[in-house]
Amino acid sequence: MSNPQIKIGVDIGGTFTDVVLEAEGRQESTKILTTNSAPEEAILEGLSEVCEKAGVSPGDIDLVIHGTTLATNALIERRGARTALITTKGFRDVIEMRTEGRFEQYDLNLKLPDPLISREHRLVLSERLAADGQVLLPLDEGELAAMVDTVRAGGYESVAVGFLHSYQNPAHEERVREVLSAALPDLTISLSSEVSPQMREYERFNTVAANAYVKPVMKAYLSRLVARLAGIGATAPVFLMHSGGGIVSIETAAEFPVRLVESGPAGGAIFAAHIARQHKLDKVISFDMGGTTAKICLIKDYTPKTARVFEVARSYRFKKGSGMPISIPVIDMVEIGAGGGSLAHVDSMNQIRVGPESAGSDPGPACYGRGGSRPAVTDADVVLGRIDPENFAGGSIRLSAQASQAALTTEIGAKLAHDVTTSAYGVSEVVDENMANAARVHAVENGEDLSGYTMIAFGGAAPLHAARLCQKLGIGKLLIPAGAGVGSAIGFLRAPFSYEATHSSYMRLSAFSPAEAGKILDRLKQETTSFVEGCAPSSPLNYRIRTFMRYVGQGWEIPVDLEDVAPEVDDIRARFEAAYSGLFGRIVDGLDIEVASWSVLAETSAQISQDAAGMAKSVGAVRASGTRELFDPANGVFVDAAVHERDGMQPGVIEAGPAIVVERETATIIPPGFSAQLHDDGTLVLEQGASS
Amino acid sequence: MTSAVQNQVMWNRLISIVEEQAQALVRTAFSTSVREAGDLSAGVYDREGRMLAQAVTGTPGHVNAMAESVGHFMREIGVDRMVEGDVYITNDPWWGTGHLHDITVVTPSFHRGALIGFFACTAHVVDIGGRGFGADGNSVYEEGLRIPIMPFARAGQVNHDLVGIVRANVREADQVVGDIYALAACNDTGHRRLAEMMREFDLADITEITAFILENSHRATVERIAALPRRTAANSMTIDGFDTPITLAATLKIEPDHIAIDFTDTSGVDPKGINVPLVYTKAYTCYALKCAIAPEIPNNAASLAPFRVSAPEGSIVNASHPAPVALRHVIGHMIPDTVLGALHHVLPGEVPAEGCGALCNFQLSFRPVEGANDPNARRAEVLLFNCGGSGARPTLDGMNATAFPSGVMTMPVEATEQTGPIVIWRKELRPDSGGAGTFRGGLGQHMEIGARDGYRFDFSAMFDRVDHPARGREGGLSGGRTGFTTSGGKVMRGKGRQSIPPGNRAVLDLPGGAGYGQPSGRDPAAVRRDIALGYISPEAARRDYGFEE
Repeated sequence: MSNPQIKIGVDIGGTFTDVVLEAEGRQESTKILTTNSAPEEAILEGLSEVCEKAGVSPGDIDLVIHGTTLATNALIERRGARTALITTKGFRDVIEMRTEGRFEQYDLNLKLPDPLISREHRLVLSERLAADGQVLLPLDEGELAAMVDTVRAGGYESVAVGFLHSYQNPAHEERVREVLSAALPDLTISLSSEVSPQMREYERFNTVAANAYVKPVMKAYLSRLVARLAGIGATAPVFLMHSGGGIVSIETAAEFPVRLVESGPAGGAIFAAHIARQHKLDKVISFDMGGTTAKICLIKDYTPKTARVFEVARSYRFKKGSGMPISIPVIDMVEIGAGGGSLAHVDSMNQIRVGPESAGSDPGPACYGRGGSRPAVTDADVVLGRIDPENFAGGSIRLSAQASQAALTTEIGAKLAHDVTTSAYGVSEVVDENMANAARVHAVENGEDLSGYTMIAFGGAAPLHAARLCQKLGIGKLLIPAGAGVGSAIGFLRAPFSYEATHSSYMRLSAFSPAEAGKILDRLKQETTSFVEGCAPSSPLNYRIRTFMRYVGQGWEIPVDLEDVAPEVDDIRARFEAAYSGLFGRIVDGLDIEVASWSVLAETSAQISQDAAGMAKSVGAVRASGTRELFDPANGVFVDAAVHERDGMQPGVIEAGPAIVVERETATIIPPGFSAQLHDDGTLVLEQGASS
Repeated sequence: MTSAVQNQVMWNRLISIVEEQAQALVRTAFSTSVREAGDLSAGVYDREGRMLAQAVTGTPGHVNAMAESVGHFMREIGVDRMVEGDVYITNDPWWGTGHLHDITVVTPSFHRGALIGFFACTAHVVDIGGRGFGADGNSVYEEGLRIPIMPFARAGQVNHDLVGIVRANVREADQVVGDIYALAACNDTGHRRLAEMMREFDLADITEITAFILENSHRATVERIAALPRRTAANSMTIDGFDTPITLAATLKIEPDHIAIDFTDTSGVDPKGINVPLVYTKAYTCYALKCAIAPEIPNNAASLAPFRVSAPEGSIVNASHPAPVALRHVIGHMIPDTVLGALHHVLPGEVPAEGCGALCNFQLSFRPVEGANDPNARRAEVLLFNCGGSGARPTLDGMNATAFPSGVMTMPVEATEQTGPIVIWRKELRPDSGGAGTFRGGLGQHMEIGARDGYRFDFSAMFDRVDHPARGREGGLSGGRTGFTTSGGKVMRGKGRQSIPPGNRAVLDLPGGAGYGQPSGRDPAAVRRDIALGYISPEAARRDYGFEE
């Protein structure tokens, strides 16, 4: 398995399930509508399809890597288990009181988001730990015994346990689990000291609440998936992509499903980073637009930006602070409700609004002809000539342009006295502007300026909208990689096997013990090595050894990379001071420095990249014809666009816009003023102002 | 030659630069008030000292006050004497942001050898000496160390004499000195990002972008004001004060191109440290008006200028040196409710009912109990910010335990307990504290605070709304009053430093916001939900809403 021959990547999104098979230099892929009630159905269907195309049987598969937005969607749509939060008496409202601050200071009508677990489901026990982990008040065993009855009577499927300072001492949380699981064996239990052992109760409690909320759903889904795969002979090990961009076992995923939140988009970021490296682009913005949402991530020096806390379900114009904080290692990105399925309507001020509500896969946009009567972005794309209704998803889904026109006319045109083209144009511009704003905000939050960046676009709807987004953001260069329609799933096959082991314990440099430090790091290294070797035996491993350090008294640490697991105090001080003054200009005189936590990351090299020109071929039948009427939003008119089959394009030949490049899973729009060229690796490179 | 599009990009960029400046302060600060609660501000100024952009992170009292501060630095230091690598500092209440606990740091920004502008930032430090943070001072001299405007660094060399004086005069010297370094680092971060922008756009100075920002902001603000009815309206609000109640009175006059707000008839200066320098009164007056009239126009010198604030000298909202001012926020935070009450007469159905108003802050001084001889025991100063409920809005309930008008956050309990021998035993919503109404006021909160074994503590209280709860609007009822007792049942004063007997806890009921509209107009489904969530008791539902299930 160190060099698996046949690998499958599967990405379940809100609308589509993408399946990619790689075998001996070949790549096969497909897009299937997601079955929300039984997400494994689409996987089985897609897997059978790509196996058949590749001429292999499911039993030949060596490895399955899976990512999914199921956990994210359950959180956003509040479709999780009946969940209780058990917490320290006196602290029932931590997840509701949040930071007590306002994320928008000038809005008198600000609405705070509802807590994930509402007040009547937040239960308390008498117990208290001190900041150093000592027991101030023992856990009340009588109350705990009574809690068993409360949980049973409440009909809870899942329980989150979050006690103050449990990151220092998990004993009370573990005792609750012991008693509850003995009495209620079917109950799913999550402990904050395991899910997110970090200081700051709001973030930790919210993270454990989110884990508990999605755990029954995810656990059931994962075990069904393994059983169904085995049923068709696919007994290969299944691994899960996690939000930090690495891969974990199915057992870890079932225990900590909150770590899968954003795993699909994380795969997309890995995919984009891989393309960035191949094309030697050090400043890249990845743009991943699927059926339900759009994701935007900054990638500098071929590495996606990462964070230790992120927010799901931002409720107020995507504004920082308006969502739920989840403190786990993540690839940092902004996600908004803008996808092919995002529904459009006219609001009370006669403004066109698009999303975040999505038509999803059922009923889907009006043009799917599955009963959807409201116009979605895809309907606008059909009317504007971007999508050929006869050739959507390789012809597997026949679209009805008439249905698109009818929906746009009824919901938009009739209300604003627009013709159908103007209605579609309005919907398209609004969703593109929403995405451009989200990209700007994200860049601003990260202190970046997008000019000088290159965009890498993928996901089913992105190539349709990416060039327009570049126009709005002042980005001059755009890459549409081969397999763009299923980018995240390909990203799963590029992700390294990785595991980060961390340990929180304070050590001041004035009392630094090289022996103790060496012991901590050595133990972490062994732990992470054994984990990764368990997944990928005999692969060479790379290590990143890191401490998180600060001046004593500060509340936030900075990462300091070390050479090896045997640090010397002078070396570690010099490294900290160099990092600190690099970030903040000058070091602070006369204060002691401390290590707050320790981390060792082990990872395999990025998975064997089977990229090559030959990989670019997608096999679906694409019938392209000479020209099509395409709407150009920059000038507000229809133009005649040449239609090219991506498979038929010759590397190096420049095609000037307006043009459309069609492939099985998507189509790339080349507006007037842009030109496109196929790169040897199958990537389509668009440049503004460089036309022939 | 820059285009309008480039100017738009650069304006956005300046806003992102100051945001990054503020984040650098949060990341490097030592006091929990700064690193956890965000009691800070950051901004960029042109070379004439006009504020061009402010960070969203931060609190209105700082930002709008700091807007005036840079001019004082330019005058006191002398622009001609400024060189690259200089960093200046002050905590003067009248030249900074209203009390000694806020330290303001200003850094001149040079580009190609020429002064092009300034970065300034402010943060609330945990201690500044004197009596400690509280209302008890009789003059500013008792409230701590006062640093006149002077260099913190000259041409890159830190003023170690100043650092030594600060160290010798404050409790928690490491935290305070560390925070001063953090303030300097924060401005450096802003300066570096500005320099990158100048290089990228090949600018020699920021004159053109300054004009673009100020002209656009001024025009947009004046347009909003011109659209308002030309009216005069007044409102007054009486609150607890220290020993005697205080009345805040505002008269608001809407003119074609500006709004004038005057505080004549407001109570005079108080003997205790709750007085407000005018700069802070201006800050919260502007804030309230901007929220209601021009919320989305970014803050800068031009968007603030059309709000003209005046108050008689010697009133509690225009206190002169050497009046004690440590708790200027307790009164200052009540100004928006006063101003919005007047605006309600001009714009009915737009502004909320009264709320908790002042943040429910308190500072605790821990020391080992007498006779304990633990060699590791040490004193500690712990500052906490907590929030009551906000007032109900014309179409929405008030926000539970949420800061308004302040822009700070609470400190995580776990972070606070890392800073000293404090145990917070309770911090949760306070049922039945939101004033009843068609829309209910936000709930306050219950808190209980004790010391770890071997310690006792003094409690410096900074509460209002003990005797004067938030008043409802359009028939809404008042919010719950503030309560403060010991666990032994002793009733404590709302303001001032008081000793908590060893072994006792401080027990707090933080106030709720008031209701909006008649309670009888409330949707029964909302009352039912409030009962299910425990926001209100069935008894209160019966009493206030006539609700029977």
